[in-house]
Amino acid sequence: MTNYLEFEKPLAEIEGKAEELRALARANEGTDVEKEASALDKKAAEMLVQLYGDLTPWRKCQVARHPDRPHCKDYIDALFTQYTPLAGDRNFADDHAVMGGLARLDGTPVMVIGHEKGHDTKTRIERNFGMARPEGYRKAIRLMDMADRFGLPVVTLVDTPGAYPGKGAEERGQSEAIARSTQMCLSIKVPLVSVIIGEGGSGGAVAFATANRVAMLEHSIYSVISPEGCASILWKDAEKMREAAEALRLTAQNLKELGVCDRIIKEPVGGAHRHKAESIAAVGKAIQIMLAEMQGNSGVEMRDARRKKYLGLGSRGLAA
Amino acid sequence: MNWISNYVRPRINSIFSRREVPENLWSKCDECGTMLFHRELSNNLNVCTNCGHHMYISPRDRFAALFDGGIFTEVEVPEPTADPLHFRDQKRYPDRMKASQKNTGEKDAMLVGEGEIGRTPIVAAAQDFSFMGGSMSMYVGNAIIAAAERAVMKKCPLILFSAAGGARMQEGILALMQMPRTTIAVEMLKEAGLPYIVVLTHPTTGGVTASYAMLGDVHIAEPNALICFAGPRVIEQTIREKLPEGFQRAEYLLDHGMLDRVTPRTDMRDELITIARMLLGLGTVISGELPAPEAEAAPTKDAKE
Repeated sequence: MTNYLEFEKPLAEIEGKAEELRALARANEGTDVEKEASALDKKAAEMLVQLYGDLTPWRKCQVARHPDRPHCKDYIDALFTQYTPLAGDRNFADDHAVMGGLARLDGTPVMVIGHEKGHDTKTRIERNFGMARPEGYRKAIRLMDMADRFGLPVVTLVDTPGAYPGKGAEERGQSEAIARSTQMCLSIKVPLVSVIIGEGGSGGAVAFATANRVAMLEHSIYSVISPEGCASILWKDAEKMREAAEALRLTAQNLKELGVCDRIIKEPVGGAHRHKAESIAAVGKAIQIMLAEMQGNSGVEMRDARRKKYLGLGSRGLAA
Repeated sequence: MNWISNYVRPRINSIFSRREVPENLWSKCDECGTMLFHRELSNNLNVCTNCGHHMYISPRDRFAALFDGGIFTEVEVPEPTADPLHFRDQKRYPDRMKASQKNTGEKDAMLVGEGEIGRTPIVAAAQDFSFMGGSMSMYVGNAIIAAAERAVMKKCPLILFSAAGGARMQEGILALMQMPRTTIAVEMLKEAGLPYIVVLTHPTTGGVTASYAMLGDVHIAEPNALICFAGPRVIEQTIREKLPEGFQRAEYLLDHGMLDRVTPRTDMRDELITIARMLLGLGTVISGELPAPEAEAAPTKDAKE
């Protein structure tokens, strides 16, 4: 069962009709509908190319948040071997919104850390929809520090609507945890690569994505605030999210131009949620390439390069 | 005499000459409603003399009260790319900027100055909540980096007064990128072994709290300042319950271990001098007359030789 997005409604209709015809054929032997059905398939395929060829920023937000989009766990399961989750912040709790642990990437041991949103009601609640609490950031800090001491490259997978805005999270120092996590990203002397696989939600994303190389999936987003939040503040109307998404320049393509994103990972036509295996493999390849680019650099060089990169950001704006 | 000279002309004159008379000699405390005479209020650093409520103070007024004799030199901040996203909401971003610059007389939401406090050289940076909600822009990031670089060059502490609603949405991702950029500034100070003292003022929220405002060696807040990552309204909407009184206020954060101290603005200068000098390993500051510099600098060891 495909979950169609709002803008995919016409596509859903055509694909539904084709499906109906085939079901009819199965029920009544002898009726030949294949010709009509494949004509509909062709039309659907064309429409998909057309829809995804030119996604508006708001549509990209919807694709980035698609419930069927591969999540952190899918990437870890498919790309890494011997994944050994390490839990807890040694302070208060283990945050299930953040996954992390030792793993091998093509045989090489690395530390992998990411936000996990969950894929059904049960896991979504367990993962708190990918919104980390201070414990999640503190777990990440602990793991990055460990990677630093044992010389393991760090790979982060970013997919979060933002840090969790809750009472306990505030009491336990959500801001401090995020700030320290960003600080840890900037101080480790091992390669740090980050892939934004879905939503890069504000400070909650920065805490993981302050990396030597930041790659973004073609239809992922990375923003200072959600379009809905921005619309309700600047337009005083949360329904203006389309305008806000446009104005915020949150697409991978805009961010590449601004130098915030180093590499765009192409998604198959129809988005990562329609072709999971292919998308996951593309992400794996990108991680390998990004890590290879830093091979031979000393720890200090990598840390300094990271700092230099961030200090230099903002020197160019978007073309008019 | 007719009605024109008796009535109309004075009215017209009053419209044109209004500026000469100070408009509001009295201001009302937002908290207790007491009418406060403007001079009395500014002498008390915009703290209500009746209830102790801390009202807004501009970075320039703050610096005037902070530095010895009110003397400081402004540290130059590199200008960032203007309107990098060509942002437009209901207004164009450059228009909003111009309006804020006109209202405040400042370039952006952060002022950096260097000078002495209690004869101790420092660099200070103060965020201006009246400039687009103090929002963290590329300029603000540049200001913090410039302040840290200056402090490292002069080998002196950086004292930063934070006040912001968060990152500046009109600069989008580039505003968000000030979180890592300002964190690098903090790292520079840390690596140079220099004190970084943060004074959190009302309100300090969002990406500002989640970067340079929470990375100080010492965190001091002004009483009752709102300090948080997510604002109370957002949290109430998320958890659908009323928050306790005083939630996310300075005293609450002190109780939860996020701050070292809550200090009234009127005592802040003395406290900053005390802390900075101890961290730098300097002696107690001598108040009053200037000590003869040469005599002080010649310790007994030299005398023996």
